Amino acid sequence: MNILSSIVEKSTSLVSIPFVVEKTAKVIPMPLQIKGVHLFLKAKGKVWKGKPVPVFNESPIPDVSTLAIEDIDVSNPFLFKQNMWGSYFKRLRDECPVHYQKNSPFGPFWSITRYEDIVFVDKRHDLFSAEPIIVIGDRPEGMAIETFIAMDPPKHDVQRQAVQNVVAPKNLVEMEGLIRSRAVDVLDNLPIDEPFDWVEKVSVELTSRMLATLFDFPYEDRRKLAYWSDVIAASPETTGGECSADEMFLGAAEMATYFTKLWREKEAKKAAGEEMGYDLISLLLTNEKTKNMIDRPMEFMGNLALLIVGGNDTTRNSMTGGILALNQFPDEFVKLKKDPTLIPNMVSEIIRWQTPLAYMRRVAKEDVEVNGKTIKKGDKVVMWYVSGNRDERQIEQPDEFMIDRKRARNHLSFGFGVHRCMGNRLAEMQLRILWEELLKRFDNIEVLDEPEYVQSNFVKGYTKMMVKITAKAE
Amino acid sequence: MGSITFIEHDGNRHEVDIEEGSSLMQAALDNSVPGVDADCGGECACGTCHVIVDKKWASVAGIATEVENQMLDMTPEKAATSRLSCQVKVTEAMDGMVVRLPEFQM
Repeated sequence: MNILSSIVEKSTSLVSIPFVVEKTAKVIPMPLQIKGVHLFLKAKGKVWKGKPVPVFNESPIPDVSTLAIEDIDVSNPFLFKQNMWGSYFKRLRDECPVHYQKNSPFGPFWSITRYEDIVFVDKRHDLFSAEPIIVIGDRPEGMAIETFIAMDPPKHDVQRQAVQNVVAPKNLVEMEGLIRSRAVDVLDNLPIDEPFDWVEKVSVELTSRMLATLFDFPYEDRRKLAYWSDVIAASPETTGGECSADEMFLGAAEMATYFTKLWREKEAKKAAGEEMGYDLISLLLTNEKTKNMIDRPMEFMGNLALLIVGGNDTTRNSMTGGILALNQFPDEFVKLKKDPTLIPNMVSEIIRWQTPLAYMRRVAKEDVEVNGKTIKKGDKVVMWYVSGNRDERQIEQPDEFMIDRKRARNHLSFGFGVHRCMGNRLAEMQLRILWEELLKRFDNIEVLDEPEYVQSNFVKGYTKMMVKITAKAE
Repeated sequence: MGSITFIEHDGNRHEVDIEEGSSLMQAALDNSVPGVDADCGGECACGTCHVIVDKKWASVAGIATEVENQMLDMTPEKAATSRLSCQVKVTEAMDGMVVRLPEFQM
């Protein structure tokens, strides 16, 4: 009981858990530490009353026109699930583009809803901090992992530079062939002329395969990557999701076990003088600054979690969103089949139209005036990319899906400024490969029912979408 | 009226007329120079209009600002004379200037 009692003792004397974990990293294996923290928090929950975790019960969301402007709460995790977000954000853009909600279950927060204002906030990291977390709610207690998406410069810049090469275009060229062959294998085995769930069979499977490729992760266990991503990003207190703290801690411990093993295997390979691959861990091991990252568990876990979540929900939901968009705008499908060179432009349009991550959150570092409203130092500020991407002031006919849209690349989904999405080229490549291979094989992909959506105010995505595909005539 | 030459990574050259007051990024877009994405449309916020100015022309093109450098630091292809072309204002003094495009935009 030495490990646990040491953690408990130090934690109760107000030393933060991450500090303890850092200090003990060399002696105690990471998965054990995570389990220890979990047990400690559970025990603590029984003795002291911790901060209550919000409970979300679904009820129908009212028509936005029936609400007073101050009562609009776009943090409601059912707004996307019930597909009601469009009218809510349009009203905010038109009537109150910088909007304050003071009573949300996540505490008070500002919403920035117009394109131009979002670009301003995103660029000004000197005025708006990304720390300590980029979702609306607070961090679940004990999960203070360090990820550079939630760090300010200069620390952010150092951390990001250490890992960004794994998804840099040069490295992607090395991986494209393998990613394509794994995608082709999925598409060649899809059922023809019978209903199946596109989310399960294509979107989740392809993103899991891609992540397994990126990490050189045991291929047969690849679906674990998607599972960990789901549990990390879906706690009720952060995004209004459905995952419990128990699930999250067990997931994190399992993830730490897998990746510690993977790290040690690659490390042994390196020590034996074998050639290293282009996967993430090999790149980290061959970089002076990061070769000992495993001794800094919060950073190690943070970087892995960021890459797993960042590479999962986003691309997965754009893979589903593209199919849905072409079903809602069938003329565009005709246009695409006539001219497949439109694929790269369509990929940008899909990423805009879907906006798979709805926002990023900041905290004002000083009093700042944005579009006539004064945001006070310390206030939470949410940049709703999902709204800016439909801003009529910036984008013509924003609700239309147009695969040949002019300046389609000028969307907000990747964010702007120092936190701009690092995996943008990987995402674009995967979607391009998917569509190139789909057009070679299938004549039609028909969406059979309304899709089912994720419960979250952050992930704008799908849990199920039944489709039927028709093979191309020989 | 003078001209500026963009050289793609594969060696392809594109000579474009100088339109004083416009940005170098806009000059590339207006003349369909491949390899300049300009995802943020000139806000110094995406790093996808990266060019490497020929050393002889570095002083004419000027040096990158702090914010610009912060974006440029995120590309492995950053060189001593790297600029974001949206932040370079075109002048007649740039007649004959040569800028190279990186292999990849970030």
